[in-house]
Amino acid sequence: MNGFLIEHAPALLIMLPLIGAFATPFIGRVSPRIRSAWVILIMTLTTLTALLLASDVFLNGTQIYVFGAANPDLAVPLDSGGIPIRIIFTVDAMSALMQVIGAICGFAVLLYSISADRIHSGLESFYTLFLLMIAGIMGMVSTGDLFNFFVFLEILSIASAGLIAYRIDGGLAVEAALKYFVLSTIGAMVILVAIGIYYGEYNALNIAMIASRMQFTLLDQIALVLIIAALAMKCGSVPMHFWTPDAYSMAPSSITAMLVVASQASLYGLFRVVFTLYNVTLNAMTVGWIIIILGVLSMVVGVTMAIPQKNVKRLMAYHAISQTGYMLLGVGVGLAVLGNQPLMDSFGYIAMEGGIFHIINHAMYKGLLFLTAGAIFFRIGTYNLNRMGGLGHSMKYTMIFFIIGALAIAGIPPFNGFASKLMIYESVFAFNPVLAVIAMVVSILTLASFVKVFHSIFMGPKLPEYETVQEAPAPMLIGMAVLAAIVILFGLFPQAVVDGLIAPAAHALSDQSGYIAAVLGGA
Amino acid sequence: MRMSKLVRTGADLLYPFALIFGLYIILHGHLTPGGGFQGGAVVATGAAIVIVAWAYEDVAGMIRKVTMKAQESAGLLLFIGAAALALGLGYAFFYNVLANSGSLFGLSVPFGPNPGELNTAGVIPIMNIAVGIEVWGGLTVILLYLLSGLNKKEEGS
Repeated sequence: MNGFLIEHAPALLIMLPLIGAFATPFIGRVSPRIRSAWVILIMTLTTLTALLLASDVFLNGTQIYVFGAANPDLAVPLDSGGIPIRIIFTVDAMSALMQVIGAICGFAVLLYSISADRIHSGLESFYTLFLLMIAGIMGMVSTGDLFNFFVFLEILSIASAGLIAYRIDGGLAVEAALKYFVLSTIGAMVILVAIGIYYGEYNALNIAMIASRMQFTLLDQIALVLIIAALAMKCGSVPMHFWTPDAYSMAPSSITAMLVVASQASLYGLFRVVFTLYNVTLNAMTVGWIIIILGVLSMVVGVTMAIPQKNVKRLMAYHAISQTGYMLLGVGVGLAVLGNQPLMDSFGYIAMEGGIFHIINHAMYKGLLFLTAGAIFFRIGTYNLNRMGGLGHSMKYTMIFFIIGALAIAGIPPFNGFASKLMIYESVFAFNPVLAVIAMVVSILTLASFVKVFHSIFMGPKLPEYETVQEAPAPMLIGMAVLAAIVILFGLFPQAVVDGLIAPAAHALSDQSGYIAAVLGGA
Repeated sequence: MRMSKLVRTGADLLYPFALIFGLYIILHGHLTPGGGFQGGAVVATGAAIVIVAWAYEDVAGMIRKVTMKAQESAGLLLFIGAAALALGLGYAFFYNVLANSGSLFGLSVPFGPNPGELNTAGVIPIMNIAVGIEVWGGLTVILLYLLSGLNKKEEGS
């Protein structure tokens, strides 16, 4: 039974959320309580499958899953002339890590959402789209097929756009969703053009197959530019960040936390293309510096735009942009020295590990921060910092969770943000000291900004209009507590996490030949 | 406001033909150009003709949003179910378990030119039917929402 589950886990990760999503409208007609139980059941099963698959992948190495074959291991059918013709999921350590992030965040956010969104109407559609979003994220991070990547990207974009517009809010949320949707569609079309270029050139859509045939011609360079531009837009990096504040601030808070994970999935796609599809064939120094510059711009512009914001969720959205910059910086430095083994060993791997560690940390603490903002909105009905104050008296647990999230994002020692940022500082300093200094200054500005936010939300005397405000309901607190516990655990035992999860992921990402061999067999 | 009696009667006459043509395209998806999506769209066009010719209120009782939404979800569940069937039998997800099995849609295609053997291709026709049901429901719901304000009152009144 266990063997069956592990063997079919990559398919189950897509199948479970999809069945859950399509059955939710029927089950929702029976009773809201049964619908909530059903959605939680599906999400629990998905999370367990992701954890099971991840434990197997970290133990036994890359696992592939061939859709539509008699046997899920049969990547290259005997009569196909050596070409993997079917859709293949290739789950290596990096994919498994992203799946775990998606599953844990999804689970925590769902617990929170069951109580936070209870008062709204149309919840069957809400949870249908929520589960479709999970399916889209899982598909994007598992797939080993470029066209399939595009399909899951579209599933994710459409589900997200629907959810951003969910609370109409006088048309403002619809406007944000429209902006997101138009930009996502443009980005997806750009990616489709790039995929068309690969298909015309190499007669293949499988990532491993294209990677093994990669020539880095002029056409490949054009395709690379298209894909980097589109995916950097999707993950909210600075010159293309303009959809992020609108979408993040107008979506319901539970969805905003999932949008953070969705952005990370796009970031994963960017890294996958650069490291697995091209690897050393591209001019690593140039492309590495492009990603570094995108990262530095995101860091600086994001944090400086965050400081004057009055809306707490807009402020957090700009911080999300800024934190994405750290991941781009770390992994970009790793890319810049790719192919140069001594430099790679001395700081390249650590930079990549720092960047990847920051992905998981960011998903946890930023999700936590957005959930606390949602809890505050749930009780007082505003996101405006100028109208808040004194909530520390009545919402103690929310305040504690906010402190944990804020200290983690600012990189203060006992929390996880410090662990990944320290790895990024150290390795980037060895590469180029100026970049490390910028990264530290941005961290200090982040801390300054969150001190201001903390003060205006929680400090001061109790305001008369919030006299009757109570603590957020227990399910919301449990959802936040799950994320807060991970933030603290990862901060207390960073070395164990890095050795156990992050280093295998970083090595899997930079090991192109291993990825190709897993699919095409011993090449 | 409804359109003239001529148009309404024409729409009534066209509706069953649009329905049958759409179902034909869905069922022959594995043999001829088209398939579930295209056939479902043709069926939904039939609904569009009727709504435009009559008024939304006249049609709403016959083509109901609730039914169409249920149809959409049911089609999707059938699709995933057909794909998951293979898992239960020990093959990979989406494996074509019915092809050449001799049962439903399970005949093998004879050699040489033939007029089209409907009873072939395994789960592919089932998935076409599932997508057809889903698109029929989904597009009709979209049309119902889009056209719900149509023919309500005269221009400028």
